[in-house]
Amino acid sequence: MSSRIDVSIEHRNAPEPPGKKHPNTCPECDSHYRDDELESALWVCSHCGHHFPMRARSRIASLADEGSFVEEAADLRSEDPLDFFDLRPYTERLAEAEMKTGLGEAMVIGQAAVGGNACELAVMDFSFMGGSMGSVVGEKFSRACDSAAQRGVPLVSITASGGARMQEGILSLMQLPKTVCAVEDLHDSGQAMLSVMTHPTTAGVLASFASLGDVIVAEPGALLAFTGPRVVQQTTREKLPEDFGLAEQNLRFGHIDAILPRPELKPYVARFLRLFSRNGD
Amino acid sequence: MATDHELRLRERLTRLRNVNLLGGAKLSGELEKLQRQLDRLQAGPTDEEIWRSVELARHQDRPYTLDYVARLFEDWVELHGDRGRADDAALVIGIGRFADRTVALVGNQKGRDIKERTHRNFGMAYPEGYRKAIRLMELAELHHFPLISLVDIPGAYPGVAAEQHGQGGAIAHSQAHMARLGVPIVACVIGEGGSGGAIATALADRVLMQENAIYTVISPEGCAAILWRDAGEAKKAAAAFKPDAVHCLELGVIDAIVPEPEGGAQTDPDGAAKLLGESLQEALEELESASPDELKRRRRARFRSLGVYA
Repeated sequence: MSSRIDVSIEHRNAPEPPGKKHPNTCPECDSHYRDDELESALWVCSHCGHHFPMRARSRIASLADEGSFVEEAADLRSEDPLDFFDLRPYTERLAEAEMKTGLGEAMVIGQAAVGGNACELAVMDFSFMGGSMGSVVGEKFSRACDSAAQRGVPLVSITASGGARMQEGILSLMQLPKTVCAVEDLHDSGQAMLSVMTHPTTAGVLASFASLGDVIVAEPGALLAFTGPRVVQQTTREKLPEDFGLAEQNLRFGHIDAILPRPELKPYVARFLRLFSRNGD
Repeated sequence: MATDHELRLRERLTRLRNVNLLGGAKLSGELEKLQRQLDRLQAGPTDEEIWRSVELARHQDRPYTLDYVARLFEDWVELHGDRGRADDAALVIGIGRFADRTVALVGNQKGRDIKERTHRNFGMAYPEGYRKAIRLMELAELHHFPLISLVDIPGAYPGVAAEQHGQGGAIAHSQAHMARLGVPIVACVIGEGGSGGAIATALADRVLMQENAIYTVISPEGCAAILWRDAGEAKKAAAAFKPDAVHCLELGVIDAIVPEPEGGAQTDPDGAAKLLGESLQEALEELESASPDELKRRRRARFRSLGVYA
């Protein structure tokens, strides 16, 4: 644990590189907001409707009935099975992510009620190492499936991820089949899963549990792609359609059921939970 | 890290050594095989050896799926098409007789010359390929055929049409189908086990890996481009994320290493096929007494146990 605290923070207060916008400035229309303005608007630009990334805690607060959320497996932490070192050690990146986000990992799970309907939530946070899926994300998602199955309630998964976490090597790839098996166990128990894909839901997370929801919805403008536009362009030199990989294209090609602006998500989740609660319960 | 596997190998080795009466040719071969696995585990491959595996796994003369099928299967019938949209030549499916039983086989297929490479899309499957695989899985389940999967793919194809046709979803659903099957599944990585494109057909009861194959979450070049911001650092990336068979065995990702002829499978395809056939048959026979529910339960438990955390 002590090694986690010893991190380098020399760049913390360095000025933003030129051309990079402040996180609270809308990338579409340049409107600028205070944190509390965005928080009360569900992190949606009130001028143009752009959906800012939403942190896991804000998301849970916006969805779960007040006081209903009970977090599970909050103490799970990543290890460094490969002693991975690229330009910096993996352990250092983990410690920095924890300090920056106040989260132990890129996913938060727990029991909740939405509109009076009990469910299990599994919510990802892109701010923690790009929402990448390593052993802990895989384990937390699996435990969320088990908790839902045991309590006989549906699972609501909300993803935001760049894919598998390279620093855990092949073990991060193994989180794909692991989470797939967990969803299959959930389904065998008779419970349903709603998958909410937010920007971005790509690579390993799209190619595993996120695509296995009984119902799949997405936020407007979210990138939902196995391979992102930059890599596709570089590898194939193909001309990319304007809405390449976006939620809108995915809806057109039949990969998702609906695109929901953020304010419509809570009533949609509540309706899903009512429909999938066992008849007579 | 290695102790669990090392202990198991040691135990098998000691047990086999004590069976003096049975000391025929087959047993001494088995002893040699185990001893070699143990030696490699203890030594641990160097960075140079890891990079050599990357090169051998991609060697242009390395046997591909259909080379092994020709040597190991009788009455082979290749099947074509996903019954919806296309026939993806990067992924072959079929049924045939293997070791006196009918089995279903799915395998990635690369090409030998430029024309065939283009036809096979350099082994990179489209979503149609995974839907073709799913179609074979359903056939295997219906007729109680064991499933063999040979994995050799640089990665699922990263193109516009592949995305539009649902590459991510196809890979997820292919895995989900494998998690549901009630028949024995044995997978072997025979070359490149490239990321999501590979795991799509590798959710098996027994996962084997040839000695010089690699199994990766991202290509060494891709990893280097992202983390080192320089694709030229692929060698460093490979050394850091350790895609070789020995490390995969240590991490519990694979169950056994399939030996290759000296110098690699490309030096002696017949010998490589014989060694692969023996391992596949052994793995199938271990699984055949289990009930469908038992297989499914254990398969899911196997994958759900993978990961390292505190």
